Amino acid sequence: MTPAVPDELERAISRHHNSGDALIEILHTAQQLYGYLSPPVLKRIARALKLPPSKVLGVATFYHLFRFTPRKAHSAVVCLGTACYVAGGMELMSAVRERRGANPAEWTIDVGRCVGSCGLAPIVICDGEALPRVTAAQLEARLKEIHDGGHVNPDSPG
Amino acid sequence: MTADTLTQTRQAEQGRQDRLKDRILCCTVAGCESAGGQVVRAALEEQVHTQGLAGQVEICGTGCMGLCCRGPLVRSSASDVIYAEVKPGDAAALLRADRSKFDGRVIEPGHPFLAGQRRIILANSGKVDPERIVDYIAQGGYQSLLRAATEMTPAEIIAEIKTSKLRGRGGAGYPTGLKWELVARNPSSIKYVVCNADEGDPGAFMNRSVLEGDPHRVLEGMAIAGRAVGAQQGYIYARGESPLAIARVKTAIEQAQQTGLLGGSVFDSNFHFRIDLRIGAGAYVCGEETALLASIEGLRGQPVPRPPYPPEHGLWGHPTLINNVETLANIPSIIEKGGEWFASIGAPASPGTKVFALAGRIARTGLVEVPVGTSLRTILFDLGGGVPPGYEFKAAQTGGPAGGCIPAQHLDVAMDYDSLPHIGTMMGSGGLIVMDTSSCMVDVARFFMEFCMEESCGKCIPCRAGTVQMHDILARMTRGEGTEADFPMLEALSGLLKETSLCGLGQAAPNPILSTLRHFRGEYEAHVRERHCPAGHCQIPAAVGETV
Repeated sequence: MTPAVPDELERAISRHHNSGDALIEILHTAQQLYGYLSPPVLKRIARALKLPPSKVLGVATFYHLFRFTPRKAHSAVVCLGTACYVAGGMELMSAVRERRGANPAEWTIDVGRCVGSCGLAPIVICDGEALPRVTAAQLEARLKEIHDGGHVNPDSPG
Repeated sequence: MTADTLTQTRQAEQGRQDRLKDRILCCTVAGCESAGGQVVRAALEEQVHTQGLAGQVEICGTGCMGLCCRGPLVRSSASDVIYAEVKPGDAAALLRADRSKFDGRVIEPGHPFLAGQRRIILANSGKVDPERIVDYIAQGGYQSLLRAATEMTPAEIIAEIKTSKLRGRGGAGYPTGLKWELVARNPSSIKYVVCNADEGDPGAFMNRSVLEGDPHRVLEGMAIAGRAVGAQQGYIYARGESPLAIARVKTAIEQAQQTGLLGGSVFDSNFHFRIDLRIGAGAYVCGEETALLASIEGLRGQPVPRPPYPPEHGLWGHPTLINNVETLANIPSIIEKGGEWFASIGAPASPGTKVFALAGRIARTGLVEVPVGTSLRTILFDLGGGVPPGYEFKAAQTGGPAGGCIPAQHLDVAMDYDSLPHIGTMMGSGGLIVMDTSSCMVDVARFFMEFCMEESCGKCIPCRAGTVQMHDILARMTRGEGTEADFPMLEALSGLLKETSLCGLGQAAPNPILSTLRHFRGEYEAHVRERHCPAGHCQIPAAVGETV
């Protein structure tokens, strides 16, 4: 892949003096730049930090926040922290899954482990917009609106 | 920065604030952010402009004010009231202090939710602009660091902390003074202070709120700790899922370093202290101290057996002091007012205050800070307003996936480190989730076990395989497929995990099951023997020939 900003990652690496200790920081930077961690990017990082590629992949896959496939056009984060779970978060998850089932190429679903808005449970974040105390019916309507309305996800790369 | 310039800065900012007609503080974090706090702030700023109040009225973003369920919240410093559920259209009326437009939405300082609290850790949260260091200095901030760096010896600082009897707020409750002493005694020339801000319990947002609302308090606490134990470098390990907390801590570190409150020769003393931020990437196990250290070193966050403990052998093999955010946030107040003052608050064996995050089926959700030892009933019913009409209290869950459920008959339990273990739960980091009779306790236990199963790092077998087996049994029970043999199996597995897991995650994973089995065994039995969920939550299909 051709990096959008070729030097940014290298700058981050040299800021950390090519130190293997900074691997997680550098993975964060790479994901911010490219949206996800592709095999060429992981190899570049391994070379620059003088680490075996297996170790870079091993660290990256250990942590939930790193992703290895590009983000899709729309995203939904369904919070399943305790407060949201007992307030019916699973029903919202089903609604979101149904939407993805219809358009699998367009929706990324993530499980949120507490977004810190427990007072507004259950909560779903669609394309960066928080939907507090949302019901399954309201959520379905909003998902359809986003989908049909050609809503542009501010978080989606490019 | 010298002692004189600190005083001058403080007086100048206090004077500036006193000359303002009003300071309007807008909560722009967590719940209020989700409810539109930023839009309200922008509307207020626009109104200040339109009404020609620039220079007289200041609009600031702040951290959490506590009553998250009624956000967005806006506080007027001049009248000391909080306006709730503010909409952008309310901006003009709010600036005129026209309360008639806020029927039922004005929260006075005497409101039971506020009056029942004692705020030390959250003293500034919701009252200062966390992105301006001078605002913290105006509240007396960094005075304690000045004392610690220029007037006190490390031994005196540690003595003060020991007098305070402060216990670690991360959950285990280890005496902070003893931990500091262990690190201080180590002759190594390289030492570290690490702030554990990897708050991963679902339903817990206390630490995050402290970092979002008053990050300098934590930095000051860390620097004092560094002075006491002889460390020159600190790390804050923050949860990757809290971008705002990360941004505010970054800003705070930059400002403290620019003003010379962190870095070389703090207050012209021979004390040097730097703080760097490390960002986690979503692994619950990294809250465990050895896993956290591995993650700071850029490795997989997997724990290692203890001993040796981090005070002996920590980051890169050097002695390391690890304290939780809330523990460190107490330090400036203890140095300012003395260990004896702190020891006089709350429960005698574990003094001070504790921040709880109230959530679930409760009238008022949000953050509260109360003296340690306050009864659960007071917190839930006096401050939290009780369970809303039409619902019945069933249990309060404390301590997250490592904790347990407290049933109604134990509502008068004192919330402290020593009382909670007697009823099968623990203080934990401070998440407090109220469940009503529609919550099925078997399913709640399954939920927590699923969490532990997914978050198990996979290093030791009891945790890696045991959590999967226990989750399978619980999932079967919620489908009505449990058998009598599952009870002894659950108990045997619980014992196995507790005794043989490598770290706290596996050792504590059975707690939610053991606590629900203890207080709600009948519910498990109904699932297995009668294939019936008393809460009506689990969908158990009727057996062949059974009439529904």
